[in-house]
Amino acid sequence: MGTTKITAIPGTPFIDIEREVAAPRELVHRAYSDPELLRQWLGPRKYEMIVDAWEPADGRRWRYVHRDADGTEYAFHGVFHGPQTVDRMVQTFEFEGAPGYVSLDAVEFIDQGGRTLIRTHSVHQTVEARDAMIEAGMSSGVEEGFERLDELVGRLGQPVAASASS
Amino acid sequence: MDQLSAVFGALADPTRRAILARLTDRDLSVAELTQPFDVSQPAISRHLKVLERAGLISRNRRATARLSHIEGQPLREATEWLARYRAFWDESYARLDELLASLHPDSQG
Repeated sequence: MGTTKITAIPGTPFIDIEREVAAPRELVHRAYSDPELLRQWLGPRKYEMIVDAWEPADGRRWRYVHRDADGTEYAFHGVFHGPQTVDRMVQTFEFEGAPGYVSLDAVEFIDQGGRTLIRTHSVHQTVEARDAMIEAGMSSGVEEGFERLDELVGRLGQPVAASASS
Repeated sequence: MDQLSAVFGALADPTRRAILARLTDRDLSVAELTQPFDVSQPAISRHLKVLERAGLISRNRRATARLSHIEGQPLREATEWLARYRAFWDESYARLDELLASLHPDSQG
């Protein structure tokens, strides 16, 4: 199983996510493009995902909803921009709970000889908006130094594990 | 600047992270902290001031040396800050792995 690398350097409006998967990129691109496949993986298992619109093509609006067990809904929408290819998909992203706070997300699929590196670069309008998005946990770490931070916190002992799992 | 921003600002610097890592073992004086680094003692003192303002360390005078002590709570809050975001993507990609494996069973591993 791969490791997800999340980078969010303090004071910048960017979030970068990297993850390698064991499949050719045509297939990965399909899992990102086909609404029926997208529904099967994007977001936590405990949420039901309802895809209202997802047809990757320049100028098309997309929208999906995550619904938890209590029926609470978290809806997101945006627009696809430019050619949506096996190399790269670009879209705007907005959580309907925070209207007007829009990020611009580019997903790249990098061929690794049968495996694929998925690289996502999100640009937020302000540092504060990015920080709030991360804080909301994407009801919707960071900087590579924060991988070391996990390590550091781990060394501080038991109470860490307890509070991190709550 | 709120506490979390101060914590992240303080953690953005590699020397300050290295200082914190050393303080997880034991409390240290400025002189002891300066030793392994290729920077001056005043520079280390400035880093300690930033860490102290962020609440990541406290400093106590014992005998003649002023010892720096790591404070765990702000670090815990900082990791919790990204924990849910990370969990969202960890779980999504784990599901994507399963989906891709089912679509393409010979490509596992």
